[in-house]
Amino acid sequence: MQAKAKAIKKKRTFSQWLKSRDGQKVLIITAFMVIPLLLLFVFTYLPFGKMFSFSFYDMKYVGQRKFVGLKNYVKVFTRDDCFKALGLSLYYMLGAVIQLGIALYFATILSFKTRGGSVFKGLMFFPYLINGIAIGFIFKFFYTRGFVFDTVLHWFGFNLENLPYWLKDQRINNFSLVGTSVWRYFGQNMVLFIGAIMSVDSELYEAAMLDGAGKFQQFKYIILPSIKTIILLNVILSISGSLSAFEPPYVITSGANGTGTYFVVMHEIAHTQQKVGLASAMAIVLLIIIFIATIIQRLLFKYVFVSGEDDNPKDAIRRERRLNRYLKHKAHRR
Amino acid sequence: MNFIIRLKKVFFITLKYLSLCFFAFLSVLPVVSCLITAFKTDQEYNSTNVMVLPHSWFNFQNFIDAFTKANMARAFLNSTIILACVLLISTIIGTQLAYVLNRFNFVGNSLIRNLFLFASLLPGVAMQISVYEIMTKLNFINSLPGYIIMICGTDVISIYIYIQFFENIDKSLDESAIVDGANYFTIFYRILLPLLKPAIVTSCILKGVSTYNEYYSASLYLQDKKLYPTVATSLYTFVGPLGSKYNLICAGVIISLLPALIVFICCQKQIYSGLTAGAIKG
Repeated sequence: MQAKAKAIKKKRTFSQWLKSRDGQKVLIITAFMVIPLLLLFVFTYLPFGKMFSFSFYDMKYVGQRKFVGLKNYVKVFTRDDCFKALGLSLYYMLGAVIQLGIALYFATILSFKTRGGSVFKGLMFFPYLINGIAIGFIFKFFYTRGFVFDTVLHWFGFNLENLPYWLKDQRINNFSLVGTSVWRYFGQNMVLFIGAIMSVDSELYEAAMLDGAGKFQQFKYIILPSIKTIILLNVILSISGSLSAFEPPYVITSGANGTGTYFVVMHEIAHTQQKVGLASAMAIVLLIIIFIATIIQRLLFKYVFVSGEDDNPKDAIRRERRLNRYLKHKAHRR
Repeated sequence: MNFIIRLKKVFFITLKYLSLCFFAFLSVLPVVSCLITAFKTDQEYNSTNVMVLPHSWFNFQNFIDAFTKANMARAFLNSTIILACVLLISTIIGTQLAYVLNRFNFVGNSLIRNLFLFASLLPGVAMQISVYEIMTKLNFINSLPGYIIMICGTDVISIYIYIQFFENIDKSLDESAIVDGANYFTIFYRILLPLLKPAIVTSCILKGVSTYNEYYSASLYLQDKKLYPTVATSLYTFVGPLGSKYNLICAGVIISLLPALIVFICCQKQIYSGLTAGAIKG
């Protein structure tokens, strides 16, 4: 009897607690976080852990697994097609630099008054929204001998016989693929940069104009310092992106004729040859490389920021903005 | 002197517009050449250069053929179902998670944020090696619900957009509602969610475009091409024997990118601002 009463009492206090503010808090925190965290666990961290353990096995998706220790890792570094494929990333890094340069150039131009600016912006951005397979077909078509690219070059006076096979010739085909990646993503980078430039107070430009600064000075002294952060962020992203370059060769050449990047080879090993262990080892190796690269870049990034002669430009802008707001406020009151 | 300055100005303006036109030309050239070819009959395609304009801009035969051959009716149906479910689910769980992470201080809050941040750094193609195994075990291969759940589970950027937006909603709003006796569920659904609308629109557009365009995981997990083509993977029909009929392929390509084009034309502003918001935080 007594125990029962106690239990009821305990229950009551629990439900009371549930009704209290604290209980409500715990309730809503758990209710709102269970599903996202579960999904995050099942589709990110569980696979991550599994991939790590797979890398020590000789296995397929179904059937027996055999523990082989570090053999897969040794293979990654000794096989001809694995680690060496990472060399192709250099092409993509070069492409990324060019891409960021073009994006920055057009972002600067389009942030000033330009006739038809939004049309140009839209045309350059749209490739970003095309799905990967469509891109594959579009560029197989584009680069085919005597088709679009050759015809256009012919208009500009090139002789067809001197032109290479864009996707077959091993001297040029990686550049062709990198070109498609630049084509697809420079517009997106440009939009990001425009967003960053627009967030700089326009009065800064006006002040600079009044001071007689030219467009180039404005770029060098106002735009560049204030979007330094996002530029560096994009450099970091594009370097890790180059290491994991996948889409252009996968959809356009399927990795044939020496265009197979590290991830294309890895995909082939995992899903066609079904050597899951080896593919997992490849993935882990690349992840480690990406992390090291990211950490190094972050450190450099910090160093660049700290060693700057003046203080953080963002703070300066923020201060300026606050001042302007204050002035505007004052003007309103009058 | 004045003359030289003017000349310089004219020179730079010409340079500016020339470069703009040149790159805009490069940007549209691959797609426009595809469009031109899509309107050509077989005979025309075989006998004329690819950049010669078609006889008639009303020859829709290729579009009809591509649409039926690639089973695109089914593909559009599947893509619509996937889109609707993914957007609904990821909006609900994304806003809820952002609400909790932004409004409550609890042990593990920053840990969870970092877990999500770290997840966004992992390259998707590599992760699919072992996700594939999990999908097999869960019986999620060739299953629309399974595919939808997986897509919802790998959504990080919209969470950041929501958190950022919550930061700009004044907390005194919550507090006054608490004083009035509202519980947290009411505060979230009645007060905050309606205010979140712009962020929801933005992240739905971004998530929508990426889900619509997703082909890699779709081709891994929705292997049954008859039952489960999406608009992107339906284009795989043209690999193989049809691989050189580019007038047909181009028509298929154009059909597949029409929805993205329409969304882009209607919601340019949201797409731009969404990208910027997602990139700065993420």
